[in-house]
Amino acid sequence: MEPIRDIAGRAIPFGAKNVDTDVIIPAHWLKTITRDGLGKGAFETIRKDPDNIFDSERYAGAPILIAGDNFGCGSSREHAAWALLDMGVKAVIAPSFSDIFSGNAFKNGILTVVLPQEQVDRLLEVATEHDIAIDLESQTVTTPFQDRFTFEIDPFRKHCLIEGLDEIGLTMARDEAIAAYEGRANSELSFLSGRNAA
Amino acid sequence: MQTCVSNLQFARNGRKCPLIMASKARTLYEKIWDAHVVEQRDDGTCLIYIDRHLVHEVTSPQAFESLRSAGRKVRRPDLTLAVPDHNLPTTARRDETGNRIPILDPQSAQQLEALERNAPDFGIRYIGDADLEQGIVHVVGPEQGFSLPGATIVCGDSHTAAHGGLGALAFGIGTSEVEHVLATQTLLLKQSKTMEVRVEGTLGAGVTPKDVVLHVIGLIGTAGGTGHVIEFCGNVFEEMSVEGRITVCNMAIEGGARAGLVAPDDKTFEYVKGRPMAPKGADWDKALSWWKTLPTDTGATFDKSVHIDAADIQPTVTWGTSPEDTVAIGGVVPDPSSFADPSKQKAAQASLDYMGLTPGTKMADIPVENVFIGSCTNSRIEDLRAAAEVLRGRHKADNVKWAIVVPGSGLVKKQAEAEGLDKVFTDAGLEWREPGCSACLGMNPDKVPAGERCASTSNRNFVGRQGPGSRTHLVSPAMAAAAAVTGHLTDVREL
Repeated sequence: MEPIRDIAGRAIPFGAKNVDTDVIIPAHWLKTITRDGLGKGAFETIRKDPDNIFDSERYAGAPILIAGDNFGCGSSREHAAWALLDMGVKAVIAPSFSDIFSGNAFKNGILTVVLPQEQVDRLLEVATEHDIAIDLESQTVTTPFQDRFTFEIDPFRKHCLIEGLDEIGLTMARDEAIAAYEGRANSELSFLSGRNAA
Repeated sequence: MQTCVSNLQFARNGRKCPLIMASKARTLYEKIWDAHVVEQRDDGTCLIYIDRHLVHEVTSPQAFESLRSAGRKVRRPDLTLAVPDHNLPTTARRDETGNRIPILDPQSAQQLEALERNAPDFGIRYIGDADLEQGIVHVVGPEQGFSLPGATIVCGDSHTAAHGGLGALAFGIGTSEVEHVLATQTLLLKQSKTMEVRVEGTLGAGVTPKDVVLHVIGLIGTAGGTGHVIEFCGNVFEEMSVEGRITVCNMAIEGGARAGLVAPDDKTFEYVKGRPMAPKGADWDKALSWWKTLPTDTGATFDKSVHIDAADIQPTVTWGTSPEDTVAIGGVVPDPSSFADPSKQKAAQASLDYMGLTPGTKMADIPVENVFIGSCTNSRIEDLRAAAEVLRGRHKADNVKWAIVVPGSGLVKKQAEAEGLDKVFTDAGLEWREPGCSACLGMNPDKVPAGERCASTSNRNFVGRQGPGSRTHLVSPAMAAAAAVTGHLTDVREL
């Protein structure tokens, strides 16, 4: 995974609330067996409108997306994160995210930044004309003006993003602890141990 | 938010602490969580052991590919079960001579072939497309006794919440997490907050589990349960069948909660007992004695509570493009200006434009050209019985062009046929199909044409969900059957 420290540039002032993952990437794009090339299908329904924000010259190659409440709700499809990544989005700013989407984004090195609605509104306004910068180290979002918004992020996630760490590798290194749990579970919760399953 | 206190102690003083423990008052969710903590990090994140992993063809190919390229194995193939469902056509899969009928869409075929190859490559049990046990993962898991009370169950599908109806902690995961579980049988998680949705009183005639959950989502909104695990409490869920509880928990995710649970009870144990993969003999007795300790303790607290009077719940339908856009069947299409929140007003207007509806239209006056009875929400035997009861001796209306009934599994299909339900459906002019996800999502040939409406027993009325331009009205199986008969959304109580 690519390490992330700071992300700066144009930000797509999308702003819509309750954007579900069917909107981010419709189901017929899920038939792929790779992670690549999904940017073409990102926000497909919205992009049928020739004046849509995603194809606007103004935001070409924007690394940041600004959205409304509950971004990424609905289906667990990680294709939503892959589609955003493929269209060049490295960070999404919103007042809230669905739990599954924020996990999927993190695992693909996309930073999700939660800010209060008023601050998101301010960024939506600034982004139409100006660049926005996110600094993960100091957990701040800044504009060319006086705006300086700080955000919270889980310390472990921050560490993984900054170092570009592979979570599976980290967990596999805990093999001893997992095996110890399995040993205890095999006696105490033997009925869940899989003897009858599969 | 409670933390896993006992395991903190375990980590700190290095003493063994039992997985099954008696301590302060805890909720059902907290008890299952505590029993699955492998270890806890300083920041509160826990490595959680996963007991059951269901795998289907859509969200797994990239995970298997990554394992392969990293030279990693599946840690516990014996706790993993693979079943194709999303892409499979619901028409015949074998010809008269038993040969496979090719799948026309090359991408669907490729995805199905990948699962068929990946499962044996990694030593995972695979239920094939034409096996009697094949079906939608969330129907197959409980049916086979693979899903058990008190277990942690995951699948790369957000409707995994369904298995919570058995009193399991079940939730959907993304493909990276699928890979993580395949490689380590664990997930790195922060404990969720707890939310109680308590429904008490007596449900009116014609009010089904689907109506209950649609009503709940309408009330709390699609983000109402975000960050929380919902426990459905109260006499309504106690009296509900296990299949009904699965329907309710299935849609917890539409209320923003990654998981929903109903406490396991005698009904649950009766449901699980004797299923092919369920514990047997001494293991069964041991399981039973643990399961009985799982219900939320008196005195345990929830971070959030919602109380609903059962009498307030009517047969419920959706009018918009979000599962929270619900209204009683006797109601009308709302006026966007009636919402206080300006962004909700905007969203409601966009929904009405997409749905081709005008405010004030009676819901029962909305015609439907399509009817879909199926999906992981409503394709179990009780759902089919409820639909058949309405359709018996009746026929679909002429304006209903396409009406299909898709059983959740081959075993549900067999049972329905033994009861003659297939005959009821076909006599009524509905098509009787092979099991799969079907028209719930536009990944297989079953799609609703653009601009047309569908009374659907599925779980999502999102823009384009049932096919580009499709217009979905979410309903219960009985209400879908009633709409098929009259050709418009209908109060089943008036038929």
